[in-house]
Amino acid sequence: MCDSCGCGDSDIVPVAVHERILANNERAARHNREQFHDHHVSVINLMGSPGSGKTAVLEATARMLGPSKRLGVLVGDLATDNDARRVRAAGIVAEAITTGSACHLDADMLHKGLQRIPWRELDTLFIENVGNLVCPAVYDLGQDVNVVALSVTEGEDKPLKYPIIFRKADLVLVTKIDLLKVLPDISIARIQENLSMVMPTPVMIPVSATTGEGIAEWVEWLGRIRQAPPVHVHEAEAHGHAHHHHAHDHTHP
Amino acid sequence: MHEYSIVQAMFDQIEAQAQARHAIAVKRVFVRIGRSAGVDVRLLKTAYDTFRVRTICDDAPLEVDEVPEVWTCPDGHGDIVPGGKLTCETCGRPARMASGDEIILERLELEVP
Ligand SMILES: Nc1nc2c(ncn2[C@@H]2O[C@H](COP(=O)(O)OP(=O)(O)O)[C@@H](O)[C@H]2O)c(=O)[nH]1
Ligand SMILES: [Mg+2]
Ligand SMILES: [Zn+2]
Ligand SMILES: [Zn+2]
Ligand SMILES: [Zn+2]
Ligand SMILES: [Zn+2]
Repeated sequence: MCDSCGCGDSDIVPVAVHERILANNERAARHNREQFHDHHVSVINLMGSPGSGKTAVLEATARMLGPSKRLGVLVGDLATDNDARRVRAAGIVAEAITTGSACHLDADMLHKGLQRIPWRELDTLFIENVGNLVCPAVYDLGQDVNVVALSVTEGEDKPLKYPIIFRKADLVLVTKIDLLKVLPDISIARIQENLSMVMPTPVMIPVSATTGEGIAEWVEWLGRIRQAPPVHVHEAEAHGHAHHHHAHDHTHP
Repeated sequence: MHEYSIVQAMFDQIEAQAQARHAIAVKRVFVRIGRSAGVDVRLLKTAYDTFRVRTICDDAPLEVDEVPEVWTCPDGHGDIVPGGKLTCETCGRPARMASGDEIILERLELEVP
């Protein structure tokens, strides 16, 4: 009610909110991250354009590591589970999270998707995100690292056109390098140079899923990540307090 | 087009604020969006205008404060201009993003009884 004259009119009041709009997603991501840490699962968020070779890299990884490591894949897919089937055929557990019209996975979708796969028994869980260089960069899932697949056929200027996803990448896999011999104008050095304008710590591994070149180096990188996952700012924020177990009001399968 | 899901999340926050204060209507919404936050401000406004019809925000314009992208040396050697290498010229350390990635519901104007 109006205090000045008591006329009974409504008032307009300013309210300071100062809340991150994606706070709910960040909470869900923190929950996922705690679960993964508690069960010693290393989680890789693999992003990139449609057709950049994400599924092919996972197939090559599965072929190289075989059953020696406990690997699993969750694929965010608009409609089908073709990619999950491809990875399964390469010998590791894989399931699809169908996103329908959503252009990215969010932490809640991942949390639900976890029920489809025995994730606690894995060493490394790969999440193949929806093929898209914009939206997936905005949503934290609870992963340890972000990896972006960038194929040599996409053009060297992709990092400059989509700086955000590359900025958030811990590693860029430059894929399909077997095709460089038919692409005389594309240079890995120029890709690296463009990456250094958008990534404060540019790390790049050139690979070919077809010939297997670079896959061993990628597998080595994964091993290092599993031993010592990098600490990101969001984690520093989330874990600024002493680490403790948060209330968990549901059970995981 | 994650701008729609961002607007959805924003509406949940606005509704919680409005309910807590028994507001009759929302009169104005202020957000802060970093220039490098991955949010297209034009799409955000379109999404907001689609969403707000016949909600508590029907009458509330969306004011967007765009925050510039600023990179700085973690060792205090000052700002690093984007467009070149994201490392400090003085000490060589990787730059740290000081601002430009915020997606924040800053302030509301509520009509209260
Ligand atoms: N020459 C070549 N083609 C590849 C390579 N990796 C993937 N491809 C092809 O690129 C296309 C898209 O690959 P896919 O793994 O489905 O991409 P995704 O959409 O990112 O998962 C397929 O036709 C693959 O056969 C590679 O290393 N070399
Ligand atoms: Mg795929
Ligand atoms: Zn009055
Ligand atoms: Zn849970
Ligand atoms: Zn989107
Ligand atoms: Zn410095």
